[in-house]
Amino acid sequence: MTALRGSAVGALVCLAVVAQVVVFRYVAIDGVVPDLALVLVVVAAIDRGPQFAAVLGFAAGMLLDLAPPADHVAGRWALALVVVGYLSGRVRQDARSSAFTAVLVVGAGSFVGTSLFAFSGVLLGDGAVPVDEMLRVIVTSVLWDLLLAPLLVPVLLWLLGSLRPARERALHESARVLG
Amino acid sequence: MRSPSGRRGPGNPSAEQRARRAFGLLVLACLTIITLDARAGAGSPLSPVRSVVGNVLGPVETATAAGFRPFTDLGDALRTNQGLRKDVSALETENARLRQQAATQPLDRKRLAELDGLTRTVADTGYSLVAAQVVAIGPMQSFSRTVTLDAGTSSGVRKDMTVLNSDGLVGRVISATRSTATVLLIVDSDSVVGGRLGTNLEIGFLRGRGSAGTDGRLDLDLVDNSVVPSKDDVVVTWGSKDGVPYVAGIPIGRVESVVSSPRQSSRLAVIKPFVDFTALDVVAVVVPKGTQGDRPVLTAGAPR
Repeated sequence: MTALRGSAVGALVCLAVVAQVVVFRYVAIDGVVPDLALVLVVVAAIDRGPQFAAVLGFAAGMLLDLAPPADHVAGRWALALVVVGYLSGRVRQDARSSAFTAVLVVGAGSFVGTSLFAFSGVLLGDGAVPVDEMLRVIVTSVLWDLLLAPLLVPVLLWLLGSLRPARERALHESARVLG
Repeated sequence: MRSPSGRRGPGNPSAEQRARRAFGLLVLACLTIITLDARAGAGSPLSPVRSVVGNVLGPVETATAAGFRPFTDLGDALRTNQGLRKDVSALETENARLRQQAATQPLDRKRLAELDGLTRTVADTGYSLVAAQVVAIGPMQSFSRTVTLDAGTSSGVRKDMTVLNSDGLVGRVISATRSTATVLLIVDSDSVVGGRLGTNLEIGFLRGRGSAGTDGRLDLDLVDNSVVPSKDDVVVTWGSKDGVPYVAGIPIGRVESVVSSPRQSSRLAVIKPFVDFTALDVVAVVVPKGTQGDRPVLTAGAPR
């Protein structure tokens, strides 16, 4: 049963990564698309906590690094998403309280993730672009994620919630009633 | 905010400690992978993993793109009869105008034929092409301009092959799996193409600026510093040995402006590429003659 749930989460990650390069290219602003995988990792952090989100971030990041047409040094997105997952997991108690804070956490996560990726590129000399171009891309992607977060966060929270093991779901419900 | 399990002994770490440990391990794993991949270069231990992921996700991307195509084509299907009629008359007018131009300017045509003859050797005429569709475009967040094609090694597409479309040079294949190929666009900041100016045949190198939008430009460094490229001059590929990675004589773009930098004592020409990289769809890969594959190989020029 857990294997089934795990593969469902895996399929969700694959879907996010593929949709990012295939479907969203039609609405890209100067090539910048919404970071679906990153939003998924942040929502997982809000729903499940830092450990789950860090592992999910690693998996999603590796997929982003290896799936065609990626050409950069492997592990760069993985590192960025592990950090994003862990950090947003640490602030989950605040983020769970209201939808507005959840959207803000997505925005902050998007900023941290894209900046970390850009920064690792500068360090490695991998795919260097001018700084103003870099800043423009980071700002555009944060705006994209903030724009889509109000639509994506409830859907992803519900999806991840329904993929939660029954025992944990009961715990979660009681925690929500108590807290 | 400590969970009930947090009060266990040192043998049973709290959720927070476990999360911190997992985080540390994962960051370490990422750094190891980055080091391995960055140090090893072409012989990276990650390349088999990359090709496995490509073999699995490539077909998924192709299928998703095919499934999504009806929606993007909807714009065409919704056009009215009236609109189509208008299009036909507009095209007829344009056709007539072009016919007239072709008839009244034999001089230009002759020059063009001459230039063609100069830039291409006999062996280069009649490239074999494999048509392919762009199914995925790498996000700009990754700061590299790459796309996925739906044709791979099973169609004869291999690494270091030239990719072009009806407008001009698109890029080169940097990796290929069985059913997909990854193309590095010439606007990528890692891309360097040997180019030749159409009017004076001077050679130089074109570097991408990393931006593929409508402001995507290439920088041309001429080998001979004394030559001043003229505005609107056409740049074609210079070509390399055996056409790897670029075949000769493919139009790249037009000189938009010339800037002289006092620092380098050379002139930099800014090239506007012919290809619209934001609207890539059908492209062709130049394959060696006699390539056999699961899709038809088109040969340039009319069959005789």
